[in-house]
Amino acid sequence: MLGWEFPPHILGGLGTASYGLTKGMAKQEDMEILFVIPKPWGDEDQSFLKIIGCNNTPIVWRDVSWETAKERLEKYMNPEEYFWMRDNIYADFNYMTTNDLGCLEFSGRYPNNILEETNNYSIVTGVIARTYKYDIIHAHDWLTYSSGLHAKSVSGKPLVIHVHATEFDRSRGKPNPIVYGIEKNGMDHCDHIICVSNLTRKTVIENYNQPEWKVSTVHNAVEPLSPEIEAIERISGVKEKVITFLGRITMQKGPEFFVDAATQVLKRTKHIRFVMAGSGDMMNQMIRLVADRGIADRFHFTGFLRGEQVYEMLKSSDVYVMPSVSEPFGISPLEAMQCNVPSIISYQSGCAEILNNVIKTNYWDVDAMADAMYSICTYPGMAEFLKEEGKREVDNIVWEDAGKKVRAIYDSLV
Amino acid sequence: MKTICFYFQIHQPYRLKRYRFFNIGRDHYYYDDYSNEDIIQQIAARSFIPANRMLLDLINAYKGKFKFALSVSGVALDQMEIYTPEVIDGLKELSRTGAVEFLAETYSHSLSSLIDPIEFQSQVQQQTQKIKLLFDQEPKVLRNTEMIYSDDIAEMAYNMGYTKMISEGAKVILSWRSPNYVYKSENQPNMKLLLRNSQFSDDISLRFSDYTWKEYPLTAEKYISWIAATSPQEEVFNIFMNYETFGNLQPSHSGIFEFMKALPKFAFDRGIEFSTPSQIMDTHKPVGTVSVPLPISWSDEERDLSRWLGNKLQKSAFNTLYEVSERVRLANDRRLKKDWQYLQSSDHFYYMSTKHFYDGSMHSKFSPYQSPYDAFNNYMNVLSDFIDRVKAQFPDSVDNEELNSLLTTIHNQEREIKKLQSELKKVLTENEEKLVEKTSRK
Repeated sequence: MLGWEFPPHILGGLGTASYGLTKGMAKQEDMEILFVIPKPWGDEDQSFLKIIGCNNTPIVWRDVSWETAKERLEKYMNPEEYFWMRDNIYADFNYMTTNDLGCLEFSGRYPNNILEETNNYSIVTGVIARTYKYDIIHAHDWLTYSSGLHAKSVSGKPLVIHVHATEFDRSRGKPNPIVYGIEKNGMDHCDHIICVSNLTRKTVIENYNQPEWKVSTVHNAVEPLSPEIEAIERISGVKEKVITFLGRITMQKGPEFFVDAATQVLKRTKHIRFVMAGSGDMMNQMIRLVADRGIADRFHFTGFLRGEQVYEMLKSSDVYVMPSVSEPFGISPLEAMQCNVPSIISYQSGCAEILNNVIKTNYWDVDAMADAMYSICTYPGMAEFLKEEGKREVDNIVWEDAGKKVRAIYDSLV
Repeated sequence: MKTICFYFQIHQPYRLKRYRFFNIGRDHYYYDDYSNEDIIQQIAARSFIPANRMLLDLINAYKGKFKFALSVSGVALDQMEIYTPEVIDGLKELSRTGAVEFLAETYSHSLSSLIDPIEFQSQVQQQTQKIKLLFDQEPKVLRNTEMIYSDDIAEMAYNMGYTKMISEGAKVILSWRSPNYVYKSENQPNMKLLLRNSQFSDDISLRFSDYTWKEYPLTAEKYISWIAATSPQEEVFNIFMNYETFGNLQPSHSGIFEFMKALPKFAFDRGIEFSTPSQIMDTHKPVGTVSVPLPISWSDEERDLSRWLGNKLQKSAFNTLYEVSERVRLANDRRLKKDWQYLQSSDHFYYMSTKHFYDGSMHSKFSPYQSPYDAFNNYMNVLSDFIDRVKAQFPDSVDNEELNSLLTTIHNQEREIKKLQSELKKVLTENEEKLVEKTSRK
């Protein structure tokens, strides 16, 4: 599998989904997973798969002693594998800047030179593809599509690409042509495409001209909460109800609709507070908008939240809102439901396809959204129902089932 | 002698308009006039008007030997008076033949029998008054909303003066017994019961045009032959269904009207009669008792209340509504009382059902809302405004009992004042007379 993120060091939903899916698939007894990421931190859970870091894979032959390799790489992988991979260097990459182990540096994030980094990823994949034995290549999102194609050309094994998001979702319909080109190329030459929702599947078929038979939907799921997270208590110090937006504050997530709905609600009642958690390129714009609407006394920004903070925020909320304009799946409402928080989501979110016990509105229908917020905060019957039924529903959405669907697709290709 | 008892139900709720929480306190009109008018006119054209005509023709053709019963909710009558008066005219004509019996029910098609006996009684009264006014009949047989029935309801109905009810022949209450007899209530032996034969009823109302059904197509001859083939002791066949079966639930091109037109002929050929519920309960002795500790209805496989009060949303909306019932009764604002009737329709709770998430049934077909949550939100917003209006009538700080006694005091004092005033007048006039006498004597 070729991926970009893996917990605990994650930047978005891709890492969570990669983890959940691999963990769910690892429950199948005859499944062995090798997961490639740009830069492992060494604290990843490798109990059910093996992680190979691109920044630990040599592309230039260097005379490295066993002791050095052990010292430098033991934290990430079995040092012996370094030498296996070194034997599979397939071209002269001396012109590139490599370190003393003959490896490239990776940021493992989404830097401005991301195209260069995806290209490097592809070079490294050439070595990995020649070193290991495998039956299927599975590439997550456009960052890894080129390397997936590379691996396919090296080994001749079938390539499955997994679409967690398309450029159309990220840009509200105005795609970057280079990224679009990479995505289109990957889809055109792979053997099967897995989408995280029917919404994404439709985009792939219509905007990337893919034949219907080649594209399947496997909805995401959620990992059960760990006991430590279950134990987190509500920490809110205010008496009022708290309505939360949690996610990147970007165009794709529709934060301005949340602010507009909040304005509507605050016009009528004073017993509700709003929180916008997360950061993003539209954050300053949102702060200005809130001030402009005159609701800053009841509208709060937390900035970026990490790890447990996310759950502390969720557990202190009475309503979770995800007004995404275009959300391929959207795992966070499921996490909110796990924390017994009623959710309002837009019909334009992929998870709306599988969730029943949430309130759904169109992202532009600010009135309906405001009405739903008011209702959950005002009518106890509604909040109670969504809490209980939502929890019950989300507990039945497990990765193991998604893993089985992916496996069925593999079986059809091998 | 076998006899068929047809009973048809007519009901349409006042659907609520999109009512956001911004409207609370500002807008006191709750109904979606456009869709209410549209729906009832469509149903009238497709179903009620042709069905009225067909049934009238049948009664005339068989000189009154073809009989049936009708129950029309007050809420539906209110709408038909405004939007489709020709349906009411048709029903009046049917009533004049003497072959149609109108039943008593709750005015709002409400679930009040489950929570508020006083409200239940008052709604049945309002309904029977309306029937008397329009159709000049005094209903003798009670049919509760959606056939909801339990021992407690039987007791309540008996105390209201009813000795005949109709309900559902649910498996849970009959088990091995057949619905084709007259029964009586176990805890109120004076209450006679007719129970719906769900198989024969659903053959027409649900399965008639279902081409995957092995008996498709159903002909009048075949249908009557099934009834004739039952054991000779089974004499009463209670075929209860929605009036919209004719032309709406079963479209006219399915042949439902032709089926119904042919039915009496085949029945009379096989010596099967038609009767109204009160005739049957007057002439037949109950063969046994039924005990119904938990309420039943004619809905779903389970024949319970889960469609209306199955989830927390429904229960909380329901309880919130009836919390103000006493206050509403103390008020005498006409608009408020009308809204109170319309908000009680069971349909509002039906729209909040989440059962179809799990059993994949077609429930949402009848709902004007996109989701049960939407239905709940909208209803609760309307209800909040309504409750505010109720509370505005009298201060909130006074509790109901106190308020009631205060109102009685006011009422009594008013009478007292009137009495004293008239006495005072009498005394004054007497004195005046005396004065006049005195002066004249001087």
